[in-house]
Amino acid sequence: MSEIIRLESIVKSFNIGKPNELEILHDISFSVGKGEFVAIVGPSGSGKSTLMNLIGVLDRPTSGKYYLDDIDIIRASDNELSAIRNKKIGFVFQTYNLISRNNAIRNVELPMLYAGMSYNERHERAMKLMEMVEMTDRVNHMPEELSGGQQQRVAIARAMANDPSIILADEPTGALDSKTGSVVMNLFHKLNKEQNKTIVLITHSKELAAGADRIVPLIDGRIAS
Amino acid sequence: MIRECIRMAFGSLRANKMRSVLTMLGIIIGIAAVIAILTVGNSLTKSLQQSMQSMGSNDIYVAVVDKFEEEEDTSYDVDGINYPESIKLDKMRDEDYITSDMINEMCTRLKDKIYAVQISEIIGSGSAYNQNGKVDVRAIGASAGYFTTNQYRVVEGSLFSGNDFQDTKYVCLVDQTLVDKLFKGDPKKAIGKEIELRLTGVNPTYCTVVGVVERDSEMTGSEQMSALAGLMKGGEASVILPLKTGKALNHTTGKYEYFRLSANVGVDPEELAKEIRNSFEMYYAGNNKRTVTAVTFEGVLSVLTSIMDTVTLAISIIAGIALLVGGIGVMNIMLVSVTERTREIGTRKALGARNKDIRVQFLVEAVVICLIGGIIGLILGLVGGLVLSAIMGYAATPSIGGVIFAILFSTGIGVAFGYMPANKAAKMNPIDALRYE
Repeated sequence: MSEIIRLESIVKSFNIGKPNELEILHDISFSVGKGEFVAIVGPSGSGKSTLMNLIGVLDRPTSGKYYLDDIDIIRASDNELSAIRNKKIGFVFQTYNLISRNNAIRNVELPMLYAGMSYNERHERAMKLMEMVEMTDRVNHMPEELSGGQQQRVAIARAMANDPSIILADEPTGALDSKTGSVVMNLFHKLNKEQNKTIVLITHSKELAAGADRIVPLIDGRIAS
Repeated sequence: MIRECIRMAFGSLRANKMRSVLTMLGIIIGIAAVIAILTVGNSLTKSLQQSMQSMGSNDIYVAVVDKFEEEEDTSYDVDGINYPESIKLDKMRDEDYITSDMINEMCTRLKDKIYAVQISEIIGSGSAYNQNGKVDVRAIGASAGYFTTNQYRVVEGSLFSGNDFQDTKYVCLVDQTLVDKLFKGDPKKAIGKEIELRLTGVNPTYCTVVGVVERDSEMTGSEQMSALAGLMKGGEASVILPLKTGKALNHTTGKYEYFRLSANVGVDPEELAKEIRNSFEMYYAGNNKRTVTAVTFEGVLSVLTSIMDTVTLAISIIAGIALLVGGIGVMNIMLVSVTERTREIGTRKALGARNKDIRVQFLVEAVVICLIGGIIGLILGLVGGLVLSAIMGYAATPSIGGVIFAILFSTGIGVAFGYMPANKAAKMNPIDALRYE
């Protein structure tokens, strides 16, 4: 299995050079294969979110090396990182993060807009994605008119917009009840099986992680073996 | 992408209607004020130019003026306040006046260049009477040349004859306003009748109406000035007497404070004005208080126009300060908007928006606010300017430059005051923005 994510000796510190300097991640090395479903599990304060921001190229490590699809992230410019987030990574947040003034379909179109797709093209694809998450009857609804589970399904459709290789989900069921949570989790498994998407799930819940191919336990900023 | 940004901008304006309207109000007021002022200024200048041109810009105005030479400090005290010498309104002394001899001599010397000398002096204001009643009048004395450049239409009777000018005859020309009051509006009844003139500072006198006339061009230069200053009373009738008669009435025979003359065709009025100044210089070389100046109407016109332009500019700058305040309002609201939407900015960045995309989005939003405000302000300003011009009695002439200015300037304000907030949004760290509550 070829690697899509490779982290080598990643260190992340905050407030560098100040008295309150704090090292959150210590010497993290691991890799994720293409099409793998990996769950990063750890209690709160373990550095999960920091690790996710690094994997999602929203932030840069203090030291270490990171290759995403063989691209050297450390050397990439800000605009290149924007393009990687846009095309290679699909984010799913705990709080859905839909743009409140845009209706569902416009939210799904947004990453395609930044990719420079024409209106017709992106609208057509967005409709297909809404179909995939079984939300065709809610395309013109505003986020506030949707339930949490519905919002998260729209967010998953949005994450899939530019057909990324990786779906990065940060506590995607954290704000949902267990029933709708399992609907959302099933969607991730479906994407993993049917479309061979690499899924990186970040959670504190061991039950949720149970369905993953592999579990990476994170404790106090280190990968526990 | 820009189209999408405009759509998003409108969406965000709709989401905060009240706030958007209040922010726009600053721009609306500023642009409306500037446009209204420009329109009124433009209308005033245009109609001034038109009426002066209809009077003949080839005309030269010759008048006695104060000498403005540096003199020893002769300021005097009134109620403990020092007034400089130049403000003191000295009485005209005998040696200050232009005399008939001077004019005749000038005419002889420059006869090839002068078409007609028109002399008119205000005799005074007062009332005209007959058995039918009374009317307020303003009486002027006019030379033969006066009628060559001031176009009069004879409604009834005739203009003065040569004898009327030479023999100090008590005859007069009247206008329709006087006919309305004293002859029941019938010009035919007025001809050959006597009216009694009682003018301030002048002995009452009778004179015979020889003609009823109507002015073709609206006002003379001096009348235009006094009208501008709001000095002319409405409803005043005009009576014109031969110049000599008028002079005899107020006892200053053969002495004038000013007169007008027309240059011959092909003569440069500026050049002629200079020659006239030179020809009068010798009479006034020994006069320590006064001298004679000759200016062309062209010159007066350009001075007036430049004064109008300066005034318009000055008021526009004040209105521009209102615009500046409006712009600061836009900046303020954009900063609030950026802070409120920190999380949205973070999400957009996570979805692949480049810094540039975020910057353009917020810039477009600021420009849209300012442009909408600018267009509303433009319409209000034009309407206001037209109404104001109409009230002041001038043909309204909207300034095209002003319209272009309004559009460009409001866009400029949007860019200038929107850039800082937009840049703040663009430079936000995506993880900090995502974490923002």
